[in-house]
Amino acid sequence: MSEGFVRHGGSQDVVATFSGFEADLLRSLASQLVELLRNEAAAPRASDPLEAMLDFSGPTTEPEDPVLARLFPTAYQHDEEAAGEFRRFTEGTLRDGKARNAVLMIDMLEEAGLPPELEEDGLWIDVELDPGQANAWLRSFTDIRLALATRLGIEEGDEDYWESLPEEDPRVHVHDIYEWVGYLQETLVRALWV
Amino acid sequence: MKRVSAPMPVEIEQPESDEVTSVARPWVTIVWNDPVNLMSYVTYVFQTYFGYPRKKAEKLMLEVHEDGKSVVSTGSREEMERDVQAMHEYGLWATMEKATE
Repeated sequence: MSEGFVRHGGSQDVVATFSGFEADLLRSLASQLVELLRNEAAAPRASDPLEAMLDFSGPTTEPEDPVLARLFPTAYQHDEEAAGEFRRFTEGTLRDGKARNAVLMIDMLEEAGLPPELEEDGLWIDVELDPGQANAWLRSFTDIRLALATRLGIEEGDEDYWESLPEEDPRVHVHDIYEWVGYLQETLVRALWV
Repeated sequence: MKRVSAPMPVEIEQPESDEVTSVARPWVTIVWNDPVNLMSYVTYVFQTYFGYPRKKAEKLMLEVHEDGKSVVSTGSREEMERDVQAMHEYGLWATMEKATE
């Protein structure tokens, strides 16, 4: 299993080695995030095509999908109008930024040698991130963890609950992945702190 | 004839720009606790984005973790909208409101 990220010699860069399976899993998680961010229209959909094309405004209400609602929280808790305005001006930009970060992760894994279809066993991939890329990966790890946690229904101090689930519960597998991405993120933060 | 008095000169104390407890400016950015984000990551974000020293970043992170929320920056409404947007970029749950004092 990957030991996560470490600082590369005396440079500002960080490196990590992933098994083919791990790299493939990260790519799959990042791809799902991109799909989610791009699928549910960020702008209110008008039924008339012309009207839709002329609608430059962003959304003003919280996304229906709970993952998106967590990724784009309401900025003003006690002022619906201000919250709507904030969302209209920021959600599109935030969506694009998060999707770009996830696409960067996918591209870098593939450039490092992850084939489009993982077939061979015993493949290992080295990824090297400069500070800007590391920042993008950190944010994508966060978005992926927020997405998994929202789907799982993670709550404060519920570790015992997850521990108690029987092995065959499908959520156990997802929770393991959630923990693993958290581990990778922790090593990345530590590597950047050195 | 009524005399219109000239505006009185008022001495305004300059707030320290990086002091989060400053009450001279009316808006605050609040980061709320969530069960997902790592303590190390939250500290890292406060250091990286706000440029706070590690100690201060850790103190704010612990406030978020233990008290459920923390005021992480203070400033004009526009500045706070930028900060809230940045926190959302990092995946932190942030809101803004008028400072209470």
